[in-house]
Amino acid sequence: MWRYAIPVAIFAVLFGFLFVGLNRDPSYVPSPLIGKHAPAFSLTTVEDPNKQVSPEDFHGKPFVLNVWGTWCAECRREHETLLEISRQGLAPIVGLNWKDERESAEQWLRQLGDPYAATAFDPEGRAGIDWGVYGAPETFLIDANGVIVYKHIAPLTMEVWNREFVPRIRAGGGRS
Amino acid sequence: MSVELGHFALILAFCLAVAQSVFGLVGAMPGKSYLQSGVRPAVAGQFVFVVLAFASLALAFQHNDFSVLYVASNSNSQLPAFYRFAAIWGAHEGSLLLWLLVLACWSIAVAAFTKNMPATFVSRVLGVLGLVSAGFALFILATSNPFARLLPAALDGRDLNPLLQDPALAIHPPMLYTGYVGFAVPFAFAVAALLEGKLDPVWARWVRPWTTVAWMFLTVGIALGSWWAYYELGWGGWWFWDPVENASFMPWLAGTALIHSLAVTEKRGLFKSWTLLLAIFAFSLSLVGTFLVRSGVLVSVHAFASDPSRGMFILAFLVICIGGSLSLYAWRAQRFGSTAGFAVVSRESFLLLNNVLLVAAASLILVGTLYPLFLDALHLGKISVGPPYFATVFMIPMLPLLFLLAVGMHAAWKRAKLESVKTKLLVMVGASIALAIIVPLVSYGSVSVLSVIGFTAGMWVLLSSLIEPVSRWRAGHKLSASVLGMSVAHLGLGVFVLGATVVKAYEIEKDLSLTPGQSVTLGNYEFKLNDTRNVVGPNYDAIEATVVVSRLGREVTVLHPQKRTYRVQTNPMTEAGIDPGWNRDVFVAMGEPLGQGAWSFRLQYKPLVRFIWIGAVIMALGGFIGVTDRRYRARVPRSADEAAREATVGA
Repeated sequence: MWRYAIPVAIFAVLFGFLFVGLNRDPSYVPSPLIGKHAPAFSLTTVEDPNKQVSPEDFHGKPFVLNVWGTWCAECRREHETLLEISRQGLAPIVGLNWKDERESAEQWLRQLGDPYAATAFDPEGRAGIDWGVYGAPETFLIDANGVIVYKHIAPLTMEVWNREFVPRIRAGGGRS
Repeated sequence: MSVELGHFALILAFCLAVAQSVFGLVGAMPGKSYLQSGVRPAVAGQFVFVVLAFASLALAFQHNDFSVLYVASNSNSQLPAFYRFAAIWGAHEGSLLLWLLVLACWSIAVAAFTKNMPATFVSRVLGVLGLVSAGFALFILATSNPFARLLPAALDGRDLNPLLQDPALAIHPPMLYTGYVGFAVPFAFAVAALLEGKLDPVWARWVRPWTTVAWMFLTVGIALGSWWAYYELGWGGWWFWDPVENASFMPWLAGTALIHSLAVTEKRGLFKSWTLLLAIFAFSLSLVGTFLVRSGVLVSVHAFASDPSRGMFILAFLVICIGGSLSLYAWRAQRFGSTAGFAVVSRESFLLLNNVLLVAAASLILVGTLYPLFLDALHLGKISVGPPYFATVFMIPMLPLLFLLAVGMHAAWKRAKLESVKTKLLVMVGASIALAIIVPLVSYGSVSVLSVIGFTAGMWVLLSSLIEPVSRWRAGHKLSASVLGMSVAHLGLGVFVLGATVVKAYEIEKDLSLTPGQSVTLGNYEFKLNDTRNVVGPNYDAIEATVVVSRLGREVTVLHPQKRTYRVQTNPMTEAGIDPGWNRDVFVAMGEPLGQGAWSFRLQYKPLVRFIWIGAVIMALGGFIGVTDRRYRARVPRSADEAAREATVGA
């Protein structure tokens, strides 16, 4: 009697949708900044209040901008991945320390290791607004021309890095 | 006790849950019954170790052990002790541990209260429960470990989400979980019956009290959540059709259908395959709800709470539990066909309609909840389905349900002659319509078509649920707990419908700005803002307004709504000032400061809003009365061979 199999058939369809849905982010809204020039900022670095850092310092080569804060538990999980990525040396990572305190940020980098080529200190989140940041962690990829080519919301994993970032860096590194 | 011990206890609990399912399910196979003696000890052991795991996390919270990541993320040294306990289930990892604890409690209750049932059957039931426990324990261990350390330890914690720092919300999750985890019991009974390939006539009698108790807790849990949303979110709404709410409401609807279908299976031996399916549905919807809430497929403010690996795990678990049980159903259900018939007008048909309508309602909500997901998966764009859809669509099956219910309660089994109650019912429907027009006209000064329909439905259900108890009482007959329970539960539903209708039709709401000394009227009420001042709480600072409420010139109450800023998470929270009354609430919530001492306020007048939650509590009370019925406590004689087999095992 086939009618008894109807519930399991409906569930199979439902499962299909749930499976697909799982790989899509409900809050994901494509960033309007993709394809645009990276917004400029000039902030002091976390380590040295007298030293300035700006995205322009890294132009000419693709680089990664990672938004983080010591208050963000997910950033801590992400940190290992960032260290791993920095060891690969494929592209420099610029940190944007967002809505944080200088001492705790310094301590974090000292204790957990520093994956960043430089870390900009943005206590009020001004630069974050320009970059359309609405949470941490978020990670941007900027190509050699200073154009934002990709944005990842949520902690970076090696899987995401290899799938989304590495091919783009290889593609973007060639043309300049 | 260090959390490592808790972690270790959880691993042991997982192992025992696996043992429980192996002993239970393999032990039910022919020639393997010697394994059955291991089931109950495994259940007890699993229970003990889950309790230990939970206790070690509770201690870490009490001792402010911020070297535990989960404690550091969800507690703070200034958090009051009570909330340091409630914070255990304040986030993902701990709430899963609570889920497991609740399941362990249900399992041990099943093990304790099923000694008079056939041993092989109970062995299967506990085996299935063990499988569910093992799945959840593994989920926690593999993806959501609450015992992970944070080194170096944090100086202080990130604090519990201020929204959750509230007495009602502190007990809401345990209630809710007791409810929907409780549906694991009828689920296990159904799977055991499917495995066995036969359904004992007493099967339904065994399952009914378990289902009803789970349903009772779910009812109270949902009501608490709604009450909390009403006063804490600051908007004065009581139901938002939010995916998280839907996740708890769908199992409730399926569970309600199950309760009714079980009645038919018990009394008449009908609807067997349908009852089995509903038992699977109720628990499946609980699991789907957990998946939706926990995987971040739908709800996520920022997809961080959702971790794809967690979602994958739950999805795999869903496939095993739901897919497995439904496949088993597809294979075995035809053995449970019924032959006995019933007339078109009979209690059976009414209950069948009840089931169809409740399942339709649950399906419509499921479709609405998942619709954005369907569209997204099919690349048709991102949308969200809001309350307008749910509110409209939910009414379609619910209104006929209410009207049929008033009649169906009085229909006899097999073939009903409604002649005897026809007059009473007609008188009551007349009285209900009259009341539906007169009461709102007198109290609120207007009527509308929808309010009359809603009011009539609620009133009619309420009145007709009284027919049976009153007439039996007047005739001097004894009233069984079952009948009384049913009547009380339906009365509760009537009360709820009245509340929901009246508040929807006659609430008054105003958003405006007030400066100290200024007053404003809303309906018959006058609100005067006296002053605003700063107050300091244990872990928050607040601005408190003093609002004097008077009605027709006489002072009614002084309300103190607050705008709180919790020190650690620094998000502002609204603490509404509410003057509760049986027939209306007066509700004042503070909005934003507008400069020069002025504040924006939301003032509300909520007639009969308390009926909504009182109705739910009465429904749950009805369930409780029903469960106390004697026949559930009667010993079921064991079949001779069963007893003999046990004797040989014991020897």
